[in-house]
Amino acid sequence: MKKQLVELAHARSGDKGDIASIALFAPDRTTYDLLVREVTLERVRAHFEGIVFGEVERFEVPNVLALNFVLHGALNGGASRSLRSDALGKSLSSALLRMEIGLHQ
Amino acid sequence: MKSIRIAGGLGFYGDSWRPVKASIERGNVQYVSSDHLAELTLAILQKDRQRDPNLGYTRDFAPMLLDLLPIAIPQGVKFILNAGGLNPMAAREALLNALRKFGIKLKVGVVLGDSVLERLDELQETGVSLAHMDTGAGIATVRDSLLFASAYLGARPLVEALDAGADIVLTGRVADAALFLAPMMHELGWRWDDWDKLAQGIVVGHLLECSGQATGGNFGGDWRSIPDLAHIGYPIAEVWENGDAVISKAPGTGGRVNFDTLREQLLYEVHDPQHYLTPDVDVDMTTVQLEEIAPDEVRVSGATGRPAPEMLKIVAGYEDGVMGQAMLGYAWPDALAKAQSAAQIIQQQMVEVGLKTEEVVVEYMGLDSIHGPLADLTHAKNLNEVYLRIAVRCADKKEAAKLGRLFPPLALSGPPFIGGAGGMIEPRGLLGIWPTLAPRSVIEEYVRVSVEES
Repeated sequence: MKKQLVELAHARSGDKGDIASIALFAPDRTTYDLLVREVTLERVRAHFEGIVFGEVERFEVPNVLALNFVLHGALNGGASRSLRSDALGKSLSSALLRMEIGLHQ
Repeated sequence: MKSIRIAGGLGFYGDSWRPVKASIERGNVQYVSSDHLAELTLAILQKDRQRDPNLGYTRDFAPMLLDLLPIAIPQGVKFILNAGGLNPMAAREALLNALRKFGIKLKVGVVLGDSVLERLDELQETGVSLAHMDTGAGIATVRDSLLFASAYLGARPLVEALDAGADIVLTGRVADAALFLAPMMHELGWRWDDWDKLAQGIVVGHLLECSGQATGGNFGGDWRSIPDLAHIGYPIAEVWENGDAVISKAPGTGGRVNFDTLREQLLYEVHDPQHYLTPDVDVDMTTVQLEEIAPDEVRVSGATGRPAPEMLKIVAGYEDGVMGQAMLGYAWPDALAKAQSAAQIIQQQMVEVGLKTEEVVVEYMGLDSIHGPLADLTHAKNLNEVYLRIAVRCADKKEAAKLGRLFPPLALSGPPFIGGAGGMIEPRGLLGIWPTLAPRSVIEEYVRVSVEES
């Protein structure tokens, strides 16, 4: 069975230069473990193909049940030089929530 | 155990200070720390300073203070603001003049030395490469188009100003959270190598530095559950000598302080959570505990710190072309097909008039302008309406303006058209951001603090 992340978690994104970061938050420990297993670095990199052009990093932050993703080359050079409508990458968080993950191994 | 209460001020140049008023009136705070500088704010201020050498600071700060001081002064509330921008001295002059005009007697401190634009040659001579922090590229390519270069300072000079009796401290670029750490260092007797306490102070500052984003604004969770955003309260922190803190907001304000709103802010614009680097301490956020203790009250504890980094971050900005953009709207039926046809016509004409672009972005607003290739196209063929937006990067304003002129004729001579969305938009200068590093000693050598009474 598959579910879209938007049904399981919430997220916020921010910008620093050309680097966007997205924190993905689970409501409980079980969901957190699921996110750690399913929302892998490779899947996030593939998910953002065509938007993010640099490295992707993932950090586990279990004390607040979060995964933190750092997306390099994600903002068309950075908010102040970007031609995009969403120059600050504020919507990259909700774009991540479009990802579908499997609920069972 | 001694504690102090600090109110979060503005989160950027242009933010509202009405919630700050509520924090002073009903939040029992002794300090307001206010962040006026986003990464690109300095570029706006540079343009101001080019027009008038007495500008270059965020001009909202003096009206804000004049509005807040009548309630702040009787309670002894002090202000720490990075509103000095690129010209803290001019900001202080403007403030002192305003205070004198109203007969208000206060001590105003100023922190100087963050701007290094005039010292870049000297930095390079001492062996600082100024290479791009993320890409490693050399600075030579952008050196001549730099508009500003400012180092992120820590809390020390701000504390020096408070220790010298300043009621208001004006700075240029400092680490945002340092605006909050400063009153803690001034009041709570922490040492500069109490790394865990400094880390707690930075975490609290980080939670407060984006105003309403800690209290339910911009909330990515169930945003409908946040009450009364029209009267949102900004965050308030009470911080004790042992480093523990409670985040709350003024009674009677809207918004929400809970585990969810605070954890979203905790990781906001953080890269490696185990090494959140600031000029004063290297913070590990993975040991932080957030605990709801009452409605709209969350205890923050457990942050751990490691010694402050040897290098300070500098962010420079350089001119990087001009953006021209224009929009046109189309209606059902075939809204998207019409917009796509218009895009094709425009792009053809761009070639024919010889418009020289470095980059072109075509977006269909209402369909994919936000999520790009991730947008759900299920209803693309049956949209009620859609707006075509084309943006170009050009070498100068004159070139960029050519794009806009191609749009109006489509009103009568293109696919059936609706009009409306702003049409031609004035070209706007673009700014590249150049983050780099320099040893703290060569920066701090030039940092100066002075305090003057109105």
